[in-house]
Amino acid sequence: MNRDSNSYTFLFATVMVLVVASTLAFTASSLKSLQADNVRKEKMQNILSTIGIETDREQAETLYKKYINVTLALDHMGNPDDTVDAFQIKLNNEIKKPVEEQRFPVYKAVVENISYYIIPLRGSGLWDAIWGYIALKSDINTIQGAVFDHKGETAGLGAEITQQWFMDRFKDEKVFDDSGQLVGINVSKTNNDPKDTDKDDHEVDAISGATITGDGVTDMIKERLAHYIPYFEKEKNAVATIN
Amino acid sequence: MFSKKNRALLTDPLDDNNPITVQVLGVCSALAITVQLKPALVMTLSVVAVMGASNVIISLLRNLIPNRIRIIVQLVVVASMVILVDQILRAFAYDVSKQLSIFIGLIITNCIVMGRLEAFALGNGVWKSFLDGVGNAAGYGFILIIVAFFRELLGSGKLFGYQVIPDALYEMGYENNGLMLLSPMALITVGVFIWIQRSRNRKLIEKN
Repeated sequence: MNRDSNSYTFLFATVMVLVVASTLAFTASSLKSLQADNVRKEKMQNILSTIGIETDREQAETLYKKYINVTLALDHMGNPDDTVDAFQIKLNNEIKKPVEEQRFPVYKAVVENISYYIIPLRGSGLWDAIWGYIALKSDINTIQGAVFDHKGETAGLGAEITQQWFMDRFKDEKVFDDSGQLVGINVSKTNNDPKDTDKDDHEVDAISGATITGDGVTDMIKERLAHYIPYFEKEKNAVATIN
Repeated sequence: MFSKKNRALLTDPLDDNNPITVQVLGVCSALAITVQLKPALVMTLSVVAVMGASNVIISLLRNLIPNRIRIIVQLVVVASMVILVDQILRAFAYDVSKQLSIFIGLIITNCIVMGRLEAFALGNGVWKSFLDGVGNAAGYGFILIIVAFFRELLGSGKLFGYQVIPDALYEMGYENNGLMLLSPMALITVGVFIWIQRSRNRKLIEKN
């Protein structure tokens, strides 16, 4: 058969596309459950690591069930919506909705009789989405721990936000100022405090060469936490009434 | 099987015919992923796998591929290999796949891969094409690892993420060079390497 004829070219292209498409579709669908399971367990791992529980992926599910005892999907007024499973909420989709229709997940953990509030975060870095979790201590102000992750930040620069040393800088920082206003945590290039010894300045030291990713982290924390203020007020009042 | 000619297919790309320093291909990814050694190493391994496999496939099909759409066929083969590698890593080596994130996809854009398919696999037998693919990927990876070594060492004071520059040196006032983390220094490091290579290997110097 003439290799340069039009009909051969079309035939070759058609067969090639069919073979490639079915191979890839078969691989993708047969591996899908394994991949989804990895993602789900990683999410549990991330949530746990904000409250200082490090675990491998195998143990994540057991420990998650042990420590995370309440998951709520809040509306914008801070009331729980029982019709939604908070763990299944994809912030990526929620963020695109109007605030009234968004649901805000919160995970409450109890470790050795101390309770924590874990808030999922999502925002934009330099190239693509960044996300994470931040755990607040029971005073709903001091950070117990934070975890960040990203889709496509530059390796060695923006991608360093996933490093332990960067996430550790957020520990014990406070997200509200003395007058109770939400200030979040500023990833700052000019805080003159590279070792992050000052835990009352609402600032952590930025990463060189990762200015836009750092600003993304700053914005993400403040934007997300702002939606939980009504809920935090209720929680504080509830604690006050009990006392 | 490993005649002198075949051995040259493997070793030439390491020096005389290095894809990065002599042919100046694949420089874009050499700048992007050489900040640290570990991604550079995993990238090298992935490129070896993709180039070996796609060279073999194109070589097998070389008498069937219609000339007019050969570039498209090459692209489809490389892209499917890359997607397969990515999917398999995601299911069975999730942590490695996270570490590499977008780099796996970037293999498609690596000029060396398509360059070797077009220049070699289309006209040579399967075994030779395989050696050529692996050799070129190794030549690419060799430069990647050298550049990453210096960038990580001088930029972060670490190798493979472990600190190698002693704390005592920092206390004496030594500072990491943040410039090494930025892409321009990768270009300069590659440039210095080319300089050293050509002063050692005189036949690479162009006459004009």
